[in-house]
Amino acid sequence: MLAYIVRRLLYAVPILIGVNLLTFLLFFVVNTPDDMARMHLGMKHVTPEAIEQWKADRGYDKPLLYNAQETGMGRLTETIFFEKSVRLFAFQFGRSDAGRDIGHDIAQRMWPSLAIAVPILVFGLLANITVALLLVFFRATYVDAIGVVVLVALMSISALFYIIAGQYVIGKLLHLVPISGYDGGWQALKFIVLPVAVAVLYGIGSGSRWYRTLFLEEAGKDYVRTARAKGLGERVVLLRHILKNALIPILTGVVVLLPLLFMGSLVLESFFGIPGLGSYTIDAIRAQDFAIVRSMVFLGSVLYIIGLLLTDISYTLVDPRVRLS
Amino acid sequence: MPRAGVNLLLGLLLLVAGCDDRPWNNPYPAAEDGQNILYASFRERPKHLDPARSYSSNEYQFIGQIYEPPLQYHYLKRPYTLVPLTAEALPEPRFFDAEGREVSGDDPALAYSVYEIRIRPGIRYQPHPAFARGADGRFLYHDLGPEDLEDLYTLADFPETGSRELVAADYVYQIKRLAHPRLFSPILGIMSDYIVGLKAFARRLDQADRELRAAGGHYLDLTRYHLEGVEVVDRYTYRIKVHGRYPQLRYWLAMPFFAPMPPEADRFYSQPGMAEKNITLDWYPVGTGPFMLTVNDPNRRMVLERNPNFHGERYPAEGEPGDAEAGLLEDAGRPLPFIDKAVYSLEKEDIPYWNKFLQGYYDTSGITSDSFDQAIRVGGEGEVTLTEAMQAKGIRLQTAVNTSIFYLGFNMLDPVVGGYGERQRKLRQAISIALDYEEYISIFANGRGIPAQGPIPPGIFGHVPGKKGINPYVYDWRDGRAVRKSTAEARRLLAEAGYADGVDQETGRPLVLYFDVTAMGPDDKARLEWYRKQFQKLDIQLIVRSTDYNRFQDKIRNGNAQIFIWGWNADYPDPENFLFLLYGPNGKVRHHGENAANYANPEFDRLFETMKTMDNGPVRQAIIDEMVDIVRRDAPWIWGFHPKGFALYHGWYYNAKPNLMANNTLKYRRIDPHLRKLRRAEWNRPILWPLGVAAGVLILLLVPAWFSYLRRIRRPGLTAAGEG
Repeated sequence: MLAYIVRRLLYAVPILIGVNLLTFLLFFVVNTPDDMARMHLGMKHVTPEAIEQWKADRGYDKPLLYNAQETGMGRLTETIFFEKSVRLFAFQFGRSDAGRDIGHDIAQRMWPSLAIAVPILVFGLLANITVALLLVFFRATYVDAIGVVVLVALMSISALFYIIAGQYVIGKLLHLVPISGYDGGWQALKFIVLPVAVAVLYGIGSGSRWYRTLFLEEAGKDYVRTARAKGLGERVVLLRHILKNALIPILTGVVVLLPLLFMGSLVLESFFGIPGLGSYTIDAIRAQDFAIVRSMVFLGSVLYIIGLLLTDISYTLVDPRVRLS
Repeated sequence: MPRAGVNLLLGLLLLVAGCDDRPWNNPYPAAEDGQNILYASFRERPKHLDPARSYSSNEYQFIGQIYEPPLQYHYLKRPYTLVPLTAEALPEPRFFDAEGREVSGDDPALAYSVYEIRIRPGIRYQPHPAFARGADGRFLYHDLGPEDLEDLYTLADFPETGSRELVAADYVYQIKRLAHPRLFSPILGIMSDYIVGLKAFARRLDQADRELRAAGGHYLDLTRYHLEGVEVVDRYTYRIKVHGRYPQLRYWLAMPFFAPMPPEADRFYSQPGMAEKNITLDWYPVGTGPFMLTVNDPNRRMVLERNPNFHGERYPAEGEPGDAEAGLLEDAGRPLPFIDKAVYSLEKEDIPYWNKFLQGYYDTSGITSDSFDQAIRVGGEGEVTLTEAMQAKGIRLQTAVNTSIFYLGFNMLDPVVGGYGERQRKLRQAISIALDYEEYISIFANGRGIPAQGPIPPGIFGHVPGKKGINPYVYDWRDGRAVRKSTAEARRLLAEAGYADGVDQETGRPLVLYFDVTAMGPDDKARLEWYRKQFQKLDIQLIVRSTDYNRFQDKIRNGNAQIFIWGWNADYPDPENFLFLLYGPNGKVRHHGENAANYANPEFDRLFETMKTMDNGPVRQAIIDEMVDIVRRDAPWIWGFHPKGFALYHGWYYNAKPNLMANNTLKYRRIDPHLRKLRRAEWNRPILWPLGVAAGVLILLLVPAWFSYLRRIRRPGLTAAGEG
């Protein structure tokens, strides 16, 4: 298995280079270094000299991808792409174009992101499994039919509606929790209750339907029929046999998400004033801060690759038939 | 439910509620209840808090309370009036010829103006580690190594602080910082044209910085470099020497760019390893003002607290007529500041921000389009009042016309709409009449604005209100008010321009114009459609060319736009700051200036050069009138409108008067925390019965489900399809 993991990690290198190149090209198609300089220097009284000086100071005064003025490897290394990308592989994110240390910012902002992402994952999982099991238990009855309709309705409504309605009803009308904001320590609890509840409710529609499908698929298999033939009660069949076997795709689906929890939620964080990495990325895109954008995309890619690797490993743990080679 | 479960639920509820009877939805710590704290918000994290770099209002709301330039604007008087802040008096310039002989202000040989500023002794800086000294008198934190920085993450982690007296050299140091090659001060360009020797000084610093960095150094000690135009006279006096006459310098002296900077702070922050922890002068200001930044978490909240070393200041004893009646002089003569602390929370979205204001968790609020109808009632005559719901909460409204302008510009280099011939001029005048900005303000700004009659907004010297101030090319004066000329008049002008019924009489082709905008979202669609319809009144086809912001800027810079929307917000209350937007040598394409329309009229330029160095008075007004008349006739802009700001204040908030020029108004604000606490408790009582109802409904649903469940588990042999 170790050889497999090493091989997968080596595969990741060209993937990360490709992702980095793609981010670089997409960003600089719409933002030239001059645009970035103007954005950072402000709109008033900016002189061409100041723009040139800013570019030189931030290392944006070189060619983007190919430096015809240089010789040998210098043609590739004396470029913005090389200089801005190579240190990422050592996880040196450097300074944002506004001058702040990106690594320090990420270390600070990942905790609020985790503070809402982990409860959303845990409670969401519990809620989705519970609802799905309930519907499977009452399958082909009016409870199942109405349940599926409700789930489809839930998943058809925009996330923004849940957020605004949640803030309006729970925060504004009932005065139960703050509408938005964040604080450290235990004080964070009152701020994360609402976003977590909203996200769990929003996720129930799609999550429960998917899990219901998985459970129904398992319920039709021979071993379930055998279990029933042995005279086991429906509760035992559901919880001990169907749930256990259906957990394999559920768990592997969750494992791939685990590393990405660090990246935060763009919309939730923005509306609830959670100072996490999701809003960090959005702010950077708005401010044309390439240093942060490329760092966050790189970090996201690395975490996704780790997530896929963990998924493969988790397969071997939950299903003894699977072997990595 | 088992007893343990009930206990757990109650425990959780108490935890969420903060374990007492305060409102559950209070977002602030219980320790702050009833304290003399002002609560406000900020929408986006400030980019810079360094006074040499910062140039936007969302940054000034913080550093304006910390840094003290020598001058400030009187809080209450209108028109805006400069008064000393740290200076002993307003500096009066002395004039010299090229040989250094003193001359009068109107002498043609005048080559330089010298401003001598004397600051008050005894002013001290806020406590700051940069000033901390050990028993041997040496600075404690000026030679920190990597091991010293290990456990330091914010400024508050430095155990020792110190202070010292403000001296004139600190002001000189800050002016030198404007030329620092690593700071990119936005006003270096404009100040280099005026402050003697600044341009050469910037070049010298650039060279010195390169050498320093090549040698592995960090701190560029500006005290070692001499700037010709700025000098320390004595401990409390310094001089600024500028080319020619530049009366606007006094306005700049009221901006943070000219606030003092102690070299110790610069040295402290320049140490290796500090920037990696985001401990920089750009994030941790150090000043002499009434407040100091004690919490700097731009991702969540910024906190300003009273500076214990503040030199003291009194609330103004005089204002403009009506101020006493409005209660704005009740605190006259009382020591400033009134509040102990100001907490600014990051609030990116309008809806939560507005709702938290209504719950009493923000003391003041603007009004977005979404909340306008909830807050404001517009009467038949256009008068605005608060809705009953707002009045019932004791909320008060204040409005003020901003010292800014949004206009529609014609690119004067364009062959169709540009140029100075009668044909092009009449075309622009016709379009100026057709674009009904009264309608625009009503539809798209909820009536929050006034149509502009020229480039100078109300509140700025040179603006003429009433009949004398209307643009005669667009308006008539009827029944005591300005009335837009008819579309028929616009059509007549269009025909005289050779485009009768929107057809070019020379070529026989329909007149097609191009409108360059950055607006691309669904909300902009109605606005762009409105513009199209206005041009359609004259049978002119308007083609909208939407693009992203960067490409739009490129078009403007290269002169490729034909018609565009632009705006300007006053730096200082002088007509020069608006009329320079039409000054030829400021043209965007040829001179990289702020004249986006590339307007160049020699007569206007000549008058501008005369006007810009004059003191306010009848002679200056006459020249301004002449200039405004020229640009009204040439119509390089459709004058658009001056937006009107609406602000709401809770009943516990006092001394609120819009001051669009001052950046340091926090010290005048007073709140009644006791009243606020009462109101918050009254407005935010938790309502639990809907939860009970929801729980009841859930139980009602679960009971049959439970019985159904029991029935089913007693029936073994269910099949996958469930038919069993």
